[in-house]
Amino acid sequence: MECARRPVQDLDEESAAWLRRLVAGGGEQQAAESELHATLVRIALAEVRRRSASTPVTGPELDDLAHQAAADAMLAILPKLGDFRGESRFTTWAYRFVILEVSSKIGRHYWRNPPVPLDAGQWERLPDRLGVDPAGHAEAAGILAEVRRVVEEELTSHQRRVFTAVVVDGIPLDALAAKLGLSRNAIYKVIFDARRKIRRALVAKGFLEELGLEQW
Amino acid sequence: MRDLGRLERFLRTDPRDVGCEEAMAVLHVYVDVVAAGEDPAGRYPGVAAHLRACGPCGEDFTGLLSAVADG
Repeated sequence: MECARRPVQDLDEESAAWLRRLVAGGGEQQAAESELHATLVRIALAEVRRRSASTPVTGPELDDLAHQAAADAMLAILPKLGDFRGESRFTTWAYRFVILEVSSKIGRHYWRNPPVPLDAGQWERLPDRLGVDPAGHAEAAGILAEVRRVVEEELTSHQRRVFTAVVVDGIPLDALAAKLGLSRNAIYKVIFDARRKIRRALVAKGFLEELGLEQW
Repeated sequence: MRDLGRLERFLRTDPRDVGCEEAMAVLHVYVDVVAAGEDPAGRYPGVAAHLRACGPCGEDFTGLLSAVADG
């Protein structure tokens, strides 16, 4: 999904101005950096407030997190100005850094006061997690037993740990990634493969029907 | 099979799903396409599939789109 870099003269006017000012040197560059930082702080504060309902971080700590995210985004952006290819507006490219910093920092903050510890293994919550109510489905017990069998017999211990933490215990994916020192993508891939294996097993047992691509 | 919608949705794995790393690498481009009112799924079907399935990346998409809209 590589995109060719556009010459600066082909960028939209605002993006070209940002790039020119951020490498101008002297007072003009300092002013541009201050302006960019202030913008990133504003974006980060709005983002942590947007996410506040889904994070245990609150009040001044949330504002601190936003300021740290903006500062870290600045440190990431400035050495990478040469990587900006112009396939989006400059500000969208820059805002992406701060949004991803907010995500990552909220994930790490989870472990300051985790509502669920790692390896809790709350299997009794699986029906609620998967929306399979034993009272409402004649096949519920069979479905839940098959899910657990796949997790215990067909996943490696690492895959089992990841699946149990995210799906069974409801630990946020970014929090688990931070705890295990893995990327979000690595955790997602484990869950993705587990979902595929479980679906295949439930289809083989007749609990679910096979899907064609047109049904996605 | 009755009312297993949530389980069905959770277990569906779209083979076009590009994963978090690739989706996040082009998120800024994808968001600008959306902000311009164009069809992002036509241009980036694998990213669209991923954003539908991955909660954290979907949150980042919503956050970046909101940041761009608020300017």
